Parts: sequence; C-alpha cells; structure tokens
Amino acid sequence: MTAILTNLFDGVAYGMLLFVLACGLAVTLGLMNFVNLAHGAFAMAGGYVCMVLVNRMGWPFFAALPLAFVSSAAIGIALERTLYRHLYTRSHLDQVLFTIGLTFMSVAAVDYIQGSSRVFINLPAALQGQFDLFGVGIGRYRLMIIVICGLLTIALQMVLAKTRFGSRLRAAVDDPRAASGLGINVPQVFAFTFAFGCGLAGLGGALSAEILGLDPYFPLKFMIYFLIVVTVGGSSSITGPFLASLLLGIGDVAGKYYVPKMGPFVIYTMMIVILIWRPNGLFGRTAAR
Amino acid sequence: MSAASDVGHHAQRQARWHYGEIAFWLVVLACGFAFPSRYLIMTDILRLALFAMSLDLILGYAGIVSLGHAAFFGVGAYAAGLLALHGIVKEPVLALIVAGLAAMVLGFATSFLVIRGVDLTRLMVTLGIALLLEALAERFSNITGGTDGLQGIEMQPIFGEIPFDMFGKAGFFYSLAVLFLLFLFARRVVHSPFGLSLRAIKNNPLRAAAIGIPVNRRLIAIYTLAAFYAGIAGALFTQTTAIASLDVFSMERSADLMLVLVIGGTGYLYGGLIGAVIFRMLQELFSTITPQYWQFWIGLVLVVIVLVGRQRLHRWVLYVPNLIIRQIAGRKAIVAVPESDS
Repeated sequence: MTAILTNLFDGVAYGMLLFVLACGLAVTLGLMNFVNLAHGAFAMAGGYVCMVLVNRMGWPFFAALPLAFVSSAAIGIALERTLYRHLYTRSHLDQVLFTIGLTFMSVAAVDYIQGSSRVFINLPAALQGQFDLFGVGIGRYRLMIIVICGLLTIALQMVLAKTRFGSRLRAAVDDPRAASGLGINVPQVFAFTFAFGCGLAGLGGALSAEILGLDPYFPLKFMIYFLIVVTVGGSSSITGPFLASLLLGIGDVAGKYYVPKMGPFVIYTMMIVILIWRPNGLFGRTAAR
Repeated sequence: MSAASDVGHHAQRQARWHYGEIAFWLVVLACGFAFPSRYLIMTDILRLALFAMSLDLILGYAGIVSLGHAAFFGVGAYAAGLLALHGIVKEPVLALIVAGLAAMVLGFATSFLVIRGVDLTRLMVTLGIALLLEALAERFSNITGGTDGLQGIEMQPIFGEIPFDMFGKAGFFYSLAVLFLLFLFARRVVHSPFGLSLRAIKNNPLRAAAIGIPVNRRLIAIYTLAAFYAGIAGALFTQTTAIASLDVFSMERSADLMLVLVIGGTGYLYGGLIGAVIFRMLQELFSTITPQYWQFWIGLVLVVIVLVGRQRLHRWVLYVPNLIIRQIAGRKAIVAVPESDS
C-alpha cells in the first residue's frame, strides 16, 4: 500500500514537472499551430544555466531558478523575433525541418561547450533525502517540485482566466484577425507568450536535472514526451495538458516500477491508442486547425 | 483538343525519358568503374538514395509528413539480418524481397493509423511507431541482440554465383541494380493515373475526394508501397554491411532522411538521389572538419534551407545548368523542380 502511494507521489511530481516543461509547447503547438520540436532545447538551456550558476559560481539553488527562467525566456524571445516569426505561416514540413535543425544545433553546441556527460546540480542539504509521512516515503526534492509546479499551474490558470493579458491571448488564439481588428497587437501577444513558455521550459529544465537527467541529448530524448502531453491533452485549456501530464507521469513511473521489462513501451502504445481514438486529444476541442 | 486529352498529352510528355535522365544513370554507372576505392561510401549513398526515394513517394507525392520512416527501414534491416543469420532464406535477392514484404505488411497495418488526422497527428503517430519498434527491439534482445545488434551475419553469394567481396564491389553493383529497378517501378507509378491522383490528393484532399478519387485507399496504397521501398533499403543496409543495430530505428535517421529529401527537393524522384549524394558529401566534409560536432553543421544547413526557402534555393541551384542548356540548345530551360509546397 505504501509502495503504491510512494509511486503515486513520484508519478505526480514527475507529471507536474512534465507539465511545466511542456505547457509552453501547448501554446506554440496547440494555440499558435506552430510545430516547435526544439522546445526541449529551451528547457536544456535553462538547466545548463542553473547548473553553471550553482556549481561553478556558487549561487544558491533557489536564486538560480529564476535566472534559468529569465535566460531561457530571453533566448526564446530573441529567436522568436529573429527566426520563428518568419515561419508561422509556412507549412508544417518547413516548421518541422527548421526546428529539428535548431535541435541538432543545440545538442552539438551544448556538447561542445559542456561535454557530453550527464550533469548534476548541487542541491542544498534541505532538499536532499526523504521523510516519512504516515509510512509513505516522501522525497523532499519531489515535494518541492510539486509545490512549485502546483503554484505555477494555479498562477497560469489565474492569468489566463482573470487578467487582461489572458483574455487578449485567448482572443488572439480564437480568431487572430478579429482580435487584431479590435486593436490587440497579436504578434506581440504571441511573442510574449512564446517567451514565457520558453521561460517555463527553462525552469522545468533546471528542476528536472535531478529527476530526468540533464545531458546534451535532453531535447531529443524528451521531445516525444512533450509532444505527447500536448497532443493528448489538447490545447483548448490549460487543464487538458495538465491532466495529460499527470496521467503520463503516473503511468510512466508505475510502468517502470511494475512492468520494468516493458520499458517505455506502455507510454508509446497509450499515446498511439489515444491519438487513434481521439485525434484531437483527450480533452481538446481542436489540437490543430 | 479537349481538356481531358490535353491533360493526358501533357502527362505523357512528362513521363517520357529525357536525355538528362539517361545521362544521369550513365554517370552513376560510370562512378562504379571510376572510383574503385570508394565502393563502401558509394553503396552507402545508393542505400540512402533508395530510402529517400521511399520517403519522397509519401511526402513529395502524397503529402504525408512522416517523422518515423526509419521504422520500415529498421524492420527491413532486422528481417534481412535474421533471415541470413538463421539461414531461413539464404539467397540474398530472395531475402531482400522477403524483408521488403515484411516492412510492407507493417506499412499496410500502420497506414490505417496514419491516414487519420491532420499533419500533427501523423507526425506523432509515425514517430510513435518508430519509437515503439525501437523499444520492442531493445526488449526482445534475445532475438535482436539488443544494444549489441545482430552480429555474425554471413551473406551467401547473390544468385548463388556472385559472392560479396570485402571491397564492396559486388555490394555496390547489387545495390545499384536494386535501386535502378525500384526507380523504374516508382517512375512508372508516379506517372500513372494513380500517381497523378496522389498529387491531386496532396494539393487538396477535399477536392480530390469530390472528383471521385478514393482518397484513403490511395493513401494506404502509396504508404504501403513506400514501406516496401524503405524495407528494401534497410535490407540492403544489413546485407552490404553485415550488421543490424538498434540505431536503424532512431529518430535521427528519420530526421536525416528529411534533410536528404529537402536538399534534393521533394516531389520528383531524382530529389532523393541527388540529395543523398549531397548529404553524404556534406557529412563527410563536416566530419573531417569537426569529427564530433558535425551534427551542428547539419542542423545549420537545415535551418538555412528553410529560412532561404526551398523553392528559391532550387532556382539558384538550377540557374547555371539552365543557363548552359539555354546557350547550347537555344530554347527555354527544361531543368526544373516541379515542386509545390506541402
């Protein structure tokens, strides 16, 4: 029983992490209909920034996390303004080729700068180890992830639903032409959202170094996971990807624990079945228009 | 002349063999005799060309974006390896066909998944299938050899007559023959009414359905055929290198393949062939400059190609040949990439 609960806990932490990593992609892929396979590269950038700050320059971990966010967002907005912008109206094939190219470049570049081995971020002592809660082993680090990611999710939901920017974004997504007719600066809204999504990915990358492992092949290894979250979750709301991430996280942890021989098999089968059953995602109205 | 016969006439003229095409194949054959020390890399190019041609059939002609074409390549590769290793089918040509058929069966089975949904779903499903197969191959390591791959494959002589030599001469001409035969068949297919209907589907599936083309059935047919081609390419890989490892399924292979096709141009069969040559040259060049980081430059090439625009790029590339043709033949350019954006 306690083993199940511990697994569930780990699964939830893993799922939350996936959500923070992938929710930026939900915006670009689902809402802006741009196939961004390079999303993992932004996550990796954040992770490496955090690693350099903490390990080499001795920053405290919690101070480095916001900087991971900021640096990834900065890279995101720079690329959006210079390169991505030209590709919004192109065919999906062009977008796929372009972003795969970017991914390859990022992999090789990080390999060149930091070496190809897996890196670890030195965690403060307060985050290491685990404690027992009614007999259930709870990892401190994972608990922190759940807290941070949970707060972020609530904040995102509030921003989308309550603020002026949120309604602008929803308007721009629903009908870009009508939105710009109403005086909403659609490209600006998209650029800002893109940067924010990249920032979240960077934060997720910094947090995931401990759990998913951070090496130059990160963007390629986890690309499929991000895509699963978005396509399965749909993109009509933030709840879809969130539930999909939790499902994926719990399913993956449970799969690896109970049927280790099947490996990642379970996840891929689940994804294909869901996509066949509901091509627009489990919770989505339209995954792509 | 009525519109229908006009279209037929135009299609027939397109389907005729040009001098340029004959010259192309003669050059390829001549390469086989001109560079006897480079058989291995030339065989590699031929394999890649066949694989790219297979992707062109579905991407360039039918407009299906696939990120998991390596799945069929891998199935072909492992099928050929297992057939040779366990001595089930000893004769290479026969084994090649059997391996191709194995991939074809998989292609047929998965085509039903692929024809559903939009580009994005297709992308995911094809990628998922390739990853699934990779995971399977890793899981059933007692059959596939796991991460070590299939080892100790010994190929029997082709037709029981021509043995594979260590310089790869037999392998090269064998691959060339296979490529040429399959090319002839693909050429016939894409210039047939069937091929024309595929282009119609690619341009506008809804309109194609409205004029009575059975869209789904056509897509299933071409996807299955492309899977067969990819399977053959994979089998050639195993037969000429005598090894099959897990990386035949890898996503990088599918991505590289897209680059090959994009360099050469989609929607005409020579695109894959020319792209394969250029891609391999680039790869050689980059890996001599930076052995470890050639992927960076490959990525850069992709990014630049997309930013410049594929069609514009092809106009530039064809500018000089067309200029020469115009000077010599004194007529309008005949070399062009008949490419519409997918």
